[in-house]
Amino acid sequence: MDDSPTKDTVNLKLSPEPTKRLGKGLRRGPGEGGVRPSRGAGTYFRRLLVITYLFLLIIWPVSLVVQKTFDGGLGNLQTALSDPVVTGALQLTVIVALWAVAINTIFGVGISLLLVRYDFPGRGVLSALIDLPLSVSPVVVGLALLLAYGGTNGTFGPALESAGLQVAFATPGIIMATAFVSLPLVIREIVPVLQEIGTEQEQAARSLGAGPAQTFRRITLPSIKWALIYGVVLSLARALGEFGAVKIVSGNVALQTQTATLVVEQKYQDFEQGSAYATSFLLALIAVAALVVVTFLRPKDDTDGD
Amino acid sequence: MTLDLNSPTGAARKRRPRSATSLTRSSGLGLGIALTWFSLLVLIPLSLVVIQSIDGGWETFRQTLTNPQTAAALRLTVTQALIVTAINVVMGTLIAWVLVRDDFPGKRLLEVVIDIPFALPTIVAGLVLLSLYGPDSPLGVNVANTERSVFLALLFVTLPFVVRTVQPVLMELDKDVEEAARSLGASRFTTVRRIILPSLAPAITAGAALSFARGISEYGSLVLLSGNLPLKTEVASVRILTYIENGNEAAAASVATILLLVALAAIVLLQVLSKWVARRG
Amino acid sequence: MNIFTRNRVATAVALATSAVLLTACGGGASGDPDDQLSLVGFAVPKAGNNAAQAAYAQTDAGKGTTWRESYGASGDQSRAVEGGLKADYVHFSLAPDVTRLVDAGLVSKDWNAGDNKGIVTDSVVVLVVRKGNPKNIQGWDDLAKPGVGVVTPNPGSSGSARWNILAAWQHVIAGGGSDDDAQAFLTQVFANVKALPGSGRDATTAFQGGTGDVLISYENEAILARQSGEEIDYIVPDDTLKIENPAAVTTKASPKAKAFLDFVLTKEGQEVYASKGFRPLESVEGVEVGEIKGANDPADPFPEPGKLFTIDGDFGGWEAANTKFFDENNGIITKIIAESGKS
Repeated sequence: MDDSPTKDTVNLKLSPEPTKRLGKGLRRGPGEGGVRPSRGAGTYFRRLLVITYLFLLIIWPVSLVVQKTFDGGLGNLQTALSDPVVTGALQLTVIVALWAVAINTIFGVGISLLLVRYDFPGRGVLSALIDLPLSVSPVVVGLALLLAYGGTNGTFGPALESAGLQVAFATPGIIMATAFVSLPLVIREIVPVLQEIGTEQEQAARSLGAGPAQTFRRITLPSIKWALIYGVVLSLARALGEFGAVKIVSGNVALQTQTATLVVEQKYQDFEQGSAYATSFLLALIAVAALVVVTFLRPKDDTDGD
Repeated sequence: MTLDLNSPTGAARKRRPRSATSLTRSSGLGLGIALTWFSLLVLIPLSLVVIQSIDGGWETFRQTLTNPQTAAALRLTVTQALIVTAINVVMGTLIAWVLVRDDFPGKRLLEVVIDIPFALPTIVAGLVLLSLYGPDSPLGVNVANTERSVFLALLFVTLPFVVRTVQPVLMELDKDVEEAARSLGASRFTTVRRIILPSLAPAITAGAALSFARGISEYGSLVLLSGNLPLKTEVASVRILTYIENGNEAAAASVATILLLVALAAIVLLQVLSKWVARRG
Repeated sequence: MNIFTRNRVATAVALATSAVLLTACGGGASGDPDDQLSLVGFAVPKAGNNAAQAAYAQTDAGKGTTWRESYGASGDQSRAVEGGLKADYVHFSLAPDVTRLVDAGLVSKDWNAGDNKGIVTDSVVVLVVRKGNPKNIQGWDDLAKPGVGVVTPNPGSSGSARWNILAAWQHVIAGGGSDDDAQAFLTQVFANVKALPGSGRDATTAFQGGTGDVLISYENEAILARQSGEEIDYIVPDDTLKIENPAAVTTKASPKAKAFLDFVLTKEGQEVYASKGFRPLESVEGVEVGEIKGANDPADPFPEPGKLFTIDGDFGGWEAANTKFFDENNGIITKIIAESGKS
């Protein structure tokens, strides 16, 4: 049934204000659509299954982190937050994560558009290679980056260092390791949506005289918005939590190149579990806050989707 | 067949105008910049690792792979990652469905906890999983030092992938089409199979590829739970660490290269599968 | 997307960007004053090192010294310094991790020429048991008994874990056994192994989490764990292996690093390490240990075992031991561990 009505319907609804159309699926509240989810046994079963699964796998373990953090009141949190090693590391983590996310977002949007909208030799190969960074064991990521950018033996390291740029055992190296491990996330969020929405909207806009930038801003961006948001949040979370690769590339120097996850490991190693849990709690909190903030930043007319 | 993984699927190509155009000057420039960055960050460093594995000669490669402990670790890693990916495909899609289409008190809480497995330092993830599903488990479920511990830890760290790739597509998916299909008499099952599943297939595939890739490389979260027992619960990453500790970089690079190849094969396979599902729709 | 929203997004992005740029500038400004020393070490003696640094700061030589510290697994740390991580003073678990830096030209060849042979901290391999020692573990032989679960860090991936296994090996050899006997004994022990966690600390956590009945560990780690309130007991076997951790200054280090190393090797320095559970070096005279919190008997914290093996005296040094026991294909222990998986 290749002539499924999907895209025809979309075509029919090409309205003078394309952005409105694209927000439509989101604007409609759950259950308000034509296909009302039948509140039958199936719905309740699915709901129960999902809640149970998420409870056992995430909520319960995470609530244990919260519980251990607040064991004996605010003490652990206060100890952690008054420790310059912890606050310094949190600051570094946030800086590194924002850089890595910014790089991955720009790179990710660009490469997604190229992969879906353009034809060029080697496109399929590139697409397959994009996921590879995730399959590399973190320790190998660290070693690979050292092989390339290590200050003494790296391929480019010595030249870069004589030019005044230290990559390994410094912030640039940490940013690279973090960008490496979260690289495919934005792309893999956006590509399926770009494929799903097709190009009719964009072509219509172009034929009506809109330039590429305007088309991107008015047509493409609104429709990949949620994919982008999830990609950014996912990358951010991954960037906050990365440990193995960063440990090797950073040198783990307290107050200088030690990120928050490295501090957590250090505190755990030193039998200071209270601080370890408190720092982890803060990391999880940043991830949740990021999601809440981007949800808040979404356009007002979308009442759905969270 | 050319490796054309990311173009719109065959079925879709027939029902929408061919979308891909050849490169313009500005998009060519963009591609150039993107490829440079991708090479500097990923391709060159990884090639150096692969070269290191070749440095040791074919003999090192063969010896590493035939080492029973390494072979068992690779087998365990790949098997568990596959099972976890399969579960993620089902549960992840279901979770995304419920988060987008269902509504009930507390749904927002579920929505915000999805990404936490990524942000939580792996050592702490290991600690809490150990206390909940270890010897002192309040549920009486003890998976510590068994294969199931690897499974559980991987399930935890890979959970967000499929959920977060399927969610945005599900939001973009026009309900009117489903409505039309239903009003034309299609059963719920037919609607899902013919309309929804083909549209979600690329997203599910993307999530599955990511979760498999992460699964075969994971170390931090499972190390406390698994106990690294040789031939039983030892994963490939631990073998890599062992080779590195013994100064045998070539062998470590060999294991890493094998994992890369396995991941690449899985990614290609998943893409083909996704096309097939979409075409059947 | 309406104008209002776009502004809001733009403002948020602008704020985030400027915050990043500002903090990046602030963070990059830290200089490298003469009084700052870089210490790269393995994780176990961190508490001891920090106490020693504090004591050193009280001396004339050490006044005003600040530290730039990095801790991790011994092998990782050594490889990091080899790869360009700045270090003035290195402190590792095993001598080969220093040798790697000698080979790389980063540490002088005569680093182990002194009375202390390059060693700055000593400990012994001990058996950690649950509070009250319910399985009545007294020595190495008990590890091979049926029904005793053993936890030890993974000697494959962690160099520091290799001390533990060699102690058990030498127990058999010293009792008059042959290599075959020792191999048979270790095969039995590994049949009892319930977990081989990645590091010593992970092993302690797995043990605390309820896995196994005995944890093979370092005495100083057991004492520090008890000082930190962990509910464990430990047994010093009648014959055990002396753990000797080396330290060295790098060739490019400031003279202050050598001054710190000298301080560590004084009576005062060793007393500080003893307070954190390390045995004082024999090469340093007149160390008064005093009462050590967390030890089995705080008044007599470091009981002399009947026999104390050493890596140089009994195994011919680490290089020989690593090849014989831990080679990833033919090492005796490697094979025993692989075999144990088949049961």
